[in-house]
Amino acid sequence: MSEHTRIDCDIHNEVPDLEALYPYLPDHWLAYCRESAFNGPDAADYPESVPTTARDGSSPKPDLAEVQARVLDDVEIGILNCAYRVQSVRNEDLAASLATAVNQWQVEHWLEKETRLRASIVVPSHSPPLAAREIDRWGDHPGFVQVILPVRAEAPYGNRRYDPIYEAAIRHDLALGINYGGAPGHPPTPTGWPSYFIEDYAGMAQIFQSQVISLVCEGAFERFPSLRVALIEGGFTWLPSLMWRIDKEWKGLRHNTPYVRRRPSEYMRTHLRFTIQPLDAPPNPLHLAQILEQCGAEDLLLYASDYPHSHDSQDFLLDLLTADQREKIDSANARTFYRL
Amino acid sequence: MAKHIVATVDEIPQGERKIVEIGGRSIGVFNIKGQFYALRNICPHQGGPLCEGRLTGFVMADKPGGEYRYERRGEIIRCPWHGWEYDVTTGQSWVDPTSVRTRSYEVEVATADALPSSYQPGPYTAETFEVSVDQEYVVVELPG
Amino acid sequence: MTAQFDSTAIAERGAVTKDRTNGHDAADPDASVQQGARYRAPLDTAIIDTDIHIYFPTQDVLRSYLEPHWQEYHQTFGQRGYDGSHFPRAMPNAARHDAWPDDGTPPGSNLPLLQKQLLDEWNIEIGVLNPLVGAGEQRNLAFGAAFARATNEWQLAEWLEPDPRLRASIIVPWEDGELSAAEIDRWGSHPGFVHALLIARTKEPLGRRKYWPMYEAACRHDVPIAIHFGGAGGAPITGSGFPNHYIEDHGGMPQTFQAQVISLIFEGVFHQFPTLKFVLIEGGFAWIPPMLWRMDSAWRKLGSEVPHVTEPPSELFRRHFWVSTQPMEEPFQPEQFRQLLGHLDLDDNLLFATDYPHWDFDSPDRAFPIPLDKERRRKFMAENARALYNL
Repeated sequence: MSEHTRIDCDIHNEVPDLEALYPYLPDHWLAYCRESAFNGPDAADYPESVPTTARDGSSPKPDLAEVQARVLDDVEIGILNCAYRVQSVRNEDLAASLATAVNQWQVEHWLEKETRLRASIVVPSHSPPLAAREIDRWGDHPGFVQVILPVRAEAPYGNRRYDPIYEAAIRHDLALGINYGGAPGHPPTPTGWPSYFIEDYAGMAQIFQSQVISLVCEGAFERFPSLRVALIEGGFTWLPSLMWRIDKEWKGLRHNTPYVRRRPSEYMRTHLRFTIQPLDAPPNPLHLAQILEQCGAEDLLLYASDYPHSHDSQDFLLDLLTADQREKIDSANARTFYRL
Repeated sequence: MAKHIVATVDEIPQGERKIVEIGGRSIGVFNIKGQFYALRNICPHQGGPLCEGRLTGFVMADKPGGEYRYERRGEIIRCPWHGWEYDVTTGQSWVDPTSVRTRSYEVEVATADALPSSYQPGPYTAETFEVSVDQEYVVVELPG
Repeated sequence: MTAQFDSTAIAERGAVTKDRTNGHDAADPDASVQQGARYRAPLDTAIIDTDIHIYFPTQDVLRSYLEPHWQEYHQTFGQRGYDGSHFPRAMPNAARHDAWPDDGTPPGSNLPLLQKQLLDEWNIEIGVLNPLVGAGEQRNLAFGAAFARATNEWQLAEWLEPDPRLRASIIVPWEDGELSAAEIDRWGSHPGFVHALLIARTKEPLGRRKYWPMYEAACRHDVPIAIHFGGAGGAPITGSGFPNHYIEDHGGMPQTFQAQVISLIFEGVFHQFPTLKFVLIEGGFAWIPPMLWRMDSAWRKLGSEVPHVTEPPSELFRRHFWVSTQPMEEPFQPEQFRQLLGHLDLDDNLLFATDYPHWDFDSPDRAFPIPLDKERRRKFMAENARALYNL
């Protein structure tokens, strides 16, 4: 154990292939998968060979032994975020069965074998009633602390169609984790499909911003005052600019969403937390310090390695912090947020 | 304090307003349900002509998907530029009550008989004084 | 009377009491900033307004500039765009309530009122017209081209010629690169037309090659391409589907601008067109620094995918993009605005704009929340635009 005991809020445990789920699929879907050309979800958010997907010496889909060896050394608790995109499977029943299989696989291959790990429930969020059923299936398992939702979705997450998911999450006192990626069929920008992966990657931050606007302006936090949302792998240096803009909008357009009774930035501070990878930091550390100060980041950030993904070093941020701030970001914020 | 005659009572019916210039300041005088209120015609946000805005009500809702309530009909003015909402009766802005208020002034209604000679006639002087003696005047009191 | 807010004052019906100022009239601008009121700048000696909106007073006026067969087409089929993306606006025509002409024609359609409320009121030296009439959003591209040309002829006849303070935009049917290039060629050397105008929500990201003929024409005439707030291109207006409210549509525009900048830079537009300039209008600017930080970081990791991008995206951005200031950012503390300008590092590329007659109008004396040093203020209010547009 190092001097700092950390809670790592973003470690990826990816399903190696569809066959890994066969033991957990019901007979009819197992037969369907074997007899058809179906090969698992159709999402291209983490191509295995691109440099951001895996750092040097890491596998894009690490197994438990690799995570134990390379991540957990100085980690008190690690939170797993599985990015198996069942939402890209249009057949909702198959998507729901795949989600159940993934969650069972997470229990058997990760949670039951390593007590330092916690996991996120994969749900068919394009079908909120089925997603709620999946949350109820696992919600009382002490290993699950979060429901994971891809940032790209059919509709923004403030939309009331998702209420069954939020009701279920609250029923089991689970956090929501909105994570990089997804494959809902819509283009990933408001202006259609870009050509390159680097555009998807760089543009993902603007989708996180749209989700924050939606959650706040559609009143998700007024409907569910105890809802807590982690934004995972979407950066955070854009937060001050978004707070300023939406607060300004609200001053003139309050009557458009009259249930939004506080400044939008207050909801953001109260209900949202952000993992620190990727940093997307300015080259000048003074500017990063100013960003941290502008949004009160010491209470909002959660330490994360984002293993095995590869980004700039988080030390650039951590070195700016006082011991107290460091303790909050390393573990205290996550302990409170995830009820650890 | 200086008192300025700005209008006759008849001139500003209920729900209407009159914008006057007093001592180099533009001021809106409103009749809301028979009571008179005066606001500085500048929005503290970016200086828009606040008193030229739409008089509206205040929309409230307890939660999304619930009932909308429309209250204080005709007592809220929305800045014609950025739409910030102010309570005409107090000058209070709704969005940020702690830091933004517009300036409001004392308004009283004086009968013509009772007008003391110290009142400073506003821009309306000539016409107002031609109104018959039993007519009522609207008087705005301006900090000196 | 001092400019003190009296929090004990209680309004009594019929006799509102006490002074309610908030320091608005404070003599010392910094003092007023500290009290939470708006800083008011002294009048500038020169103001160039880079975003003014004009509209056809009636559809008959538009038709009078169309060829006869397009007049009939417009009369019969009207304007057909990408529908189903309607967010009812809080303000009719998204306009200032005080900007409606007495005759009931739309705000921005009446030259004398525009002169009175904007050009004369603020002593605007030069104003750039950005007509948002929908020519580029027509699904019938040939009609869009005719519509664009009619709009350009209308600007020349009814705005530029009567008022020498005004400059126009070249309206183009942007979803067709060739037709757009033809329209830019038609007006590109006219000194009254200063940029070609697109909207932010195009059908595809603007770096895609179908748009390149338009950029080639822009380079031919050294005319910048302006991308203005708004539009409907058929895709949901977020990268995650349709939101419900106008505030999300209006407040979500910076995300669209980010998508366009990311596309233009990573698709290699500036490698192909090294002299091309873009002007981003009505998107605000606080979103720019964090976007550039992310783009630089992405490029360091993933640059091999886009070998045509040979220098950091932030450097390309600062060389090829100009940005209008409206709607002005309003940070929590005035000092944070100063920090933002530091992060932005775009002192030669910020252009003041009012957005008249729209409701989110920025007023020249009160838009900036802090006092700026003289040189910066001169650049933002006029000189950057003068240099960009050769005014």
